[in-house]
Amino acid sequence: MLKDIEKLLRQDKMPHIWCPGCGNGIVMKAMLEAINSTGIDTKKTVVVSGIGCSSRATGYMNFDTLHTTHGRALAFATGVKLAKPELNVFVVTGDGDGSAIGGNHLIHAARRNIDINVVMFNNNIYGMTGGQYSPLTPHGKFATTAPYGNFDRAFNICDLVKGAGATFIGRGTVFHTKVLTEMIKGAIENKGFSFVEAVSICPISYGRRNKMGTAPQMMEWLKENSVPVKAASKLPPEKVAGKILVGELYKEEAPEFTQKYDELIARFQKGAE
Amino acid sequence: MAKIVINQKWCKACGICYGLCPKGVLDKDDTGKVVVKNPDACIMCRICEEHCPDYCIKIGG
Repeated sequence: MLKDIEKLLRQDKMPHIWCPGCGNGIVMKAMLEAINSTGIDTKKTVVVSGIGCSSRATGYMNFDTLHTTHGRALAFATGVKLAKPELNVFVVTGDGDGSAIGGNHLIHAARRNIDINVVMFNNNIYGMTGGQYSPLTPHGKFATTAPYGNFDRAFNICDLVKGAGATFIGRGTVFHTKVLTEMIKGAIENKGFSFVEAVSICPISYGRRNKMGTAPQMMEWLKENSVPVKAASKLPPEKVAGKILVGELYKEEAPEFTQKYDELIARFQKGAE
Repeated sequence: MAKIVINQKWCKACGICYGLCPKGVLDKDDTGKVVVKNPDACIMCRICEEHCPDYCIKIGG
């Protein structure tokens, strides 16, 4: 509820800069709800972001926050987590920031299974710079740099980080806010690299160019084109094709990086005695 | 009757709240910003509160 999370907002920085109808505010709210309901120490919580619309979120969240360089949020976050493993480290990134310029950091952070919670705000476009297509812009959709439709194929970013070694993967949308909050909660509880894809809406730079209507119409589109992952396994494949699967996609147990690192240090300290 | 608190200063007139409200509680003023039209119809589902990207709506005070 809003009254419970108001204390986690930097009220003096509001209203935020995001466009009317932008879903980023909803994703940020889901993050604050998840942090509030899991009861983690807010004084020991660090949120790191890169560059882009999504990455402005660190300016509004009342934790220790770092607004870093383009695509490098995970590199900074890895440093923070290794220096102080007791901190709860979050990374806020966008589809362009996290999967294009920061794509290499993403797969290697996942491979290491370092205990960082990544929330990727996926609005399918580079909104801040004027609507260029990103690696998550679906095939055939229009962007300023794809005036005849995007002929690239999009990443399935959740499958990508799964292949790279992430131990918790979930997906929610700005329409399915409860699912999104639950997924971020799952990410917090997982000791290892956690990845949540938050499918957002960009009515200005993406929706307008692709004739998707107003913000409420884009919300309806999300509602109609999403399927809960549990239901998807029971449905015929033609009903699931092209839909957004929401819910917990993957979970496994694996050794965590900072823990292994501490064990190594302890081993050598013992040897020196 | 549910207490609906609106912060119009932060509202950007995106229309998500009155677009998603299942009971027609919310409406827009001439600038497109949210106003409470029919507070008695509110069933406290909090769809507007959860989906407002601008943190403008509080249900239940």
